[in-house]
Amino acid sequence: MTKHDHIRCEEVIAHLFAYLDGEIDAEKRRQIDRHLEECRACFSRAEFEKALRRKVRQLGDEKPPRSLQQRLKGLIDRF
Amino acid sequence: MTLCGQPWSSGWDSTMAWNSLRSGARCAVGNADDDCAFFRAEIERLTDRLYGVALRLTGNPAAAEDLVSEAVLKAWSNLGQLNDRQAFQKWMFRILTNTFISDYRKARQEPTLALDEEGEEQFSLFEQLHQPFLLWWSNPEQELINKLLRNDVERALDNLPDGFRIIMVLVEIEGYSYAEVADMLCVPIGTVRSRLNRARSMLQRALWRQAREAGLTAAQQQRSRP
Repeated sequence: MTKHDHIRCEEVIAHLFAYLDGEIDAEKRRQIDRHLEECRACFSRAEFEKALRRKVRQLGDEKPPRSLQQRLKGLIDRF
Repeated sequence: MTLCGQPWSSGWDSTMAWNSLRSGARCAVGNADDDCAFFRAEIERLTDRLYGVALRLTGNPAAAEDLVSEAVLKAWSNLGQLNDRQAFQKWMFRILTNTFISDYRKARQEPTLALDEEGEEQFSLFEQLHQPFLLWWSNPEQELINKLLRNDVERALDNLPDGFRIIMVLVEIEGYSYAEVADMLCVPIGTVRSRLNRARSMLQRALWRQAREAGLTAAQQQRSRP
């Protein structure tokens, strides 16, 4: 592990999920941004976690069954 | 709008932010026909996502259909509360999520979402796969990501225990902040953060097991952990 911009790889990894969730203060975000520009290992890890998150997020789209479409149409037609 | 502090049996319709169910509700702006056309168009546009999120929350297609229908009915009944049509999507998904949480609590007679206090060791799929000496000409982590099918990730997520799956859906699929999730689930933000980390660890462990079963990680077998 190497030291970049006063933040170590261990600290980047410890805060990585909060960083990717946007749940980190501006100073820490800046430090991690800078570290990821310079540390290939941590950059690779961040990219991996982002790719996995994209896979999970895609699960939120699902073609609904015809029965639901008809049910919703019936509901709205009665409004 | 929050369900915290409300008796679990009272559900959404006693929450201060919601009006009671009434027919003939209208948006605060626009005429009735315009409101109906707007509502219909928005629901048609959002149905795939509403169903997808509902399916991930409930883990059950029939329950997901019921949840979406219930949420749409509530949304129509409360349309008069919506002052900004631009906010419809966010508002609609908040109704869906709050309806699910309220129904979930009623079904299990729990005031809050119970989450297992016992923890496994943190697991990282990246650490299982990463081989630093290959950094310049091979990328086993990316290779696995590329090979992961939707079904693989779906199975891993849907098999998570309820409390962990729900938090994953709220943050990673619906995009709620930790503070919003804490408010919805009536738990401290620190709890959301720690449970989410555990949920991710469990998901990645499940993906690792699935990948090994499918032979996708044959090259890493020698140094893999169970």
